Amino acid sequence: MSIPLGPIISPPGTRSFRDAGGLPADQWRALVGDETLVPTHCCFCGVQCGMYLRVREGKVFGVEPRNHDINRMRLCPKGLNAYQQVNHPDRLTAPLLRRSRTDDLRPASWEQVLDVTATEIQRIQAEHGRDAFGLLGGASLFSEKTYLVGKLARVALKTRHVDYNGRLCMVSAAGANKLSFGIDRAGNPFSDILLTDCLLIAGSNVGECFPVMTQYLWGARDRGAKLIVVDPRETSIARTADVHVALRSGTDSAFFNAVLHVVIRDGLADLDFIAAHTTGWAEVAQTVAAYPPARAAEICGIPAEQVEQVARIFATARNVMAWHARGIEHHTQGVENCLSVINLCVATGNIGKPGAGYGTITGQGNGQGGREHGQKSDMLPGGRSINDPAHRAQIAAIWGIDEAELPQAGTSMMEMVHQMSAGEIRGLVGICNNPFVSLPNHAVVKAGYDALEFHAQADFFLSETAANAHVVFPITTWAEDDGVMANAEARVVRHRKAQEPPPGVRTDTWVMCELAKRLGVGDKFAFTSSADVFEELRIASRGTVNDYFGITYDRLDETGGIAWPCPSTDHPGTPRLFEGGRTYHADGKVHLQTVEWHPPADPYDDDFAMTLTTGRTVAHFLSGNQTRRLGGLVEQTPRPWVEVHPSHGFTSGDPVRVVTRRGSAVFPALVTEAIRADTVFVPYHWPFPVAANVLTIDALDPRSKIPEYKVCACRLERAEHVVDTPAPPVPPGRTTYAASQVSRLDPLPPTSPQGRGTSER
Amino acid sequence: MGRTLFIDPGRCIGCQACVAGCRECDSHRGKSMIHLDYLEEGISAASMPTVCMHCEDPVAPCAQVCPAEAILVTPDGVVHDADKSRCIGCGNCVSACPMGVPKIDLAAKLQFKCNLCYDRTSAGLAPMCATVCPTGALFYGTMDELLADRPNVAVANTFDFDGTIVTTGVAVIVPRDRGDLPVPGGCGHEQPNVLGEPL
Repeated sequence: MSIPLGPIISPPGTRSFRDAGGLPADQWRALVGDETLVPTHCCFCGVQCGMYLRVREGKVFGVEPRNHDINRMRLCPKGLNAYQQVNHPDRLTAPLLRRSRTDDLRPASWEQVLDVTATEIQRIQAEHGRDAFGLLGGASLFSEKTYLVGKLARVALKTRHVDYNGRLCMVSAAGANKLSFGIDRAGNPFSDILLTDCLLIAGSNVGECFPVMTQYLWGARDRGAKLIVVDPRETSIARTADVHVALRSGTDSAFFNAVLHVVIRDGLADLDFIAAHTTGWAEVAQTVAAYPPARAAEICGIPAEQVEQVARIFATARNVMAWHARGIEHHTQGVENCLSVINLCVATGNIGKPGAGYGTITGQGNGQGGREHGQKSDMLPGGRSINDPAHRAQIAAIWGIDEAELPQAGTSMMEMVHQMSAGEIRGLVGICNNPFVSLPNHAVVKAGYDALEFHAQADFFLSETAANAHVVFPITTWAEDDGVMANAEARVVRHRKAQEPPPGVRTDTWVMCELAKRLGVGDKFAFTSSADVFEELRIASRGTVNDYFGITYDRLDETGGIAWPCPSTDHPGTPRLFEGGRTYHADGKVHLQTVEWHPPADPYDDDFAMTLTTGRTVAHFLSGNQTRRLGGLVEQTPRPWVEVHPSHGFTSGDPVRVVTRRGSAVFPALVTEAIRADTVFVPYHWPFPVAANVLTIDALDPRSKIPEYKVCACRLERAEHVVDTPAPPVPPGRTTYAASQVSRLDPLPPTSPQGRGTSER
Repeated sequence: MGRTLFIDPGRCIGCQACVAGCRECDSHRGKSMIHLDYLEEGISAASMPTVCMHCEDPVAPCAQVCPAEAILVTPDGVVHDADKSRCIGCGNCVSACPMGVPKIDLAAKLQFKCNLCYDRTSAGLAPMCATVCPTGALFYGTMDELLADRPNVAVANTFDFDGTIVTTGVAVIVPRDRGDLPVPGGCGHEQPNVLGEPL
């Protein structure tokens, strides 16, 4: 078959096309007539694929792949459907207000909702103190807006209670990185994966959660790299691995300690590197001495030979990379799990080299950047500590306030929910988060939010959480404003405005500035655009580890993204950390940390003997507020399911009740050998009553305060029927769902091992 | 050598980006012409996209049996979807296709199938499915380009349907662990492989 080619263009998707640098945007424009193609990035996961939004007559109406360094034209189904959100009929286009929880939400004016919110903030703070009002941000926001969330809390509300939904994402990895390396980001760019000789993927279903990353994995495999996957499920990546360690969820650090035990026992540790570049080695070696393979085999439920096999491959490969994600981070020992992987990389000299290092794959688009500039409860802009007097003084000076006015560190997102129930937090503004679906132990979360005297929520669709609020602010999508995000490589990328927001919709920046004005500090929020905020953010991060000062919108346009730290406008950025073995601790060394395995928080007994683990599916994103409205994605994965091993006697489609100590929910069974017999899996993107988070436990890692989503004790019961999957809430004035949404009443169970129905025939 | 699609089931992660991408292609916007199939249901997550294989020998079965002569095969080897002005929605093409590719829109009484994104390929671009495929399970290019990307892979484009041999313009990459065993549903190395010559 031979398709005629023009003289210049090589087809996208081919090596020659990539080598030629791709197709310039103006040639695309020529191909599509009167369309404008706006270069931007996907709004979803931490890979941040480049894409063009197709715009005609001022409206986004389609997507075109873009040959950006990160994704080289590739897009996953979420990326291909993302543009459908922008002009979706479910968009909120008017502020909503109700006076009490028994009223219905009704359209109101912007003046009304802003005035009510400011009045309620002042009333609650006057009656109960400044810390009685909290803010919760999101890691899907542009970095400029996350900066504003932190500043609004500290300067306008003067409350210590601010946190964000990145707390549910990768804070365990962040904590471990900071402890070991003094910097909170992945050590290597994705492109280093192509240079590695051995790839360890721990607790990451890359094929479903970060599909575009698989091009790097397969690229490494084409060069002969070995692949080790540690996961209780045989995912699409595990299926092709050289070694798939199907350990029991919640036992990761025992496994990695045992691997390091074998590395040391067999004389495979890089002692020269350890001596020159680390502290704490003796303690680590002593700790892992108590983890022989036989002990790990017993704890993890795997053959001891696998420990030996992984140690041999890991320690004898020339360059090794380890990437991990929520599978090892969502635990009460999430920080320890990440530290145990770091210990292994460092002990074998695998950091700071092309093809050698570690990384954590951020789940949310701005999971990395979202915590760098001050919306995390214990951090100020530039990754500064809110407990450090020098850091406080620096930021107070930039913000033009007295250091004494800056609140102290607050509590984490889940802890704030408990404080709501206890009456310590009585009012809340939430921006771009949906805790009713995303937080563990749903009953506790609902009780916390229901106890609030006042709750305002900002979103562009009516999420389950927004539907419960007193005030809803309709805000812009990612395609209606400018801004930056930092992807999983800590590469800062530029998002562009592709269309004007619908009438009645405002940017989050505008909303926060208007609130600040009503709270009497409008002079400190005199921003009219994201660019204004970014200029202040650059200055606020100057001189820190998270240095953005050298990054400008113009430079991002020219380069396609710059990895921080980037201290000056002529600095190229820092895609790879620790070259020469030097870290960001004052002594330049890796501070190795000892790790002791301990059992998960929810104990097993005769009633609850099995392990429940939760996670994502490829068609949906986080709480599903965005993706459960897009027809193609709903059709691809219309409902949750429970993945069970054949040994339990169920047939695919059988209604199965999963029971934990917090509640129960019924799902159709998906019977497959691709999961451990003692483990079941439920994806978490749906709301009550089919929410996985009805079942999960709200136990937290003591350091990172991340919830233990990935393991709790459960049992299975045969149920009468499958519960229908609820549709997302509908805004006032509409009585039907979007025509693009497929029926949720289809009783058919999922038909594939991944729970995805076979596509349309 | 001409450009064609290569399907590499070993790389497929079942994400359905090809299905979503196919819906975005302007030649049949809103409808996907790709099937995503799970190969070992209940055992593993193995999956594979099925696109139109653009059969060459014998001339595409769907075109052969079309009573309205609505299915055009252009000299570049692309088996087009049925001409809407001629298609009578009879479903003969659906019955004849050994791969299960064409679909009938029962309401419109019209056939739809993959036309290799002719809006894109005729302008020198890759089909949308291969452009977006996150893993490269769908690859568009020449055999040389494929080998530059994936050294030493073997491909097959001859399939045996119970004695009926069909040679296709689209090729399937033979799983590494098959060795010299025949490709399931196909002939693998045992039949002449025309790739390497102009198709």
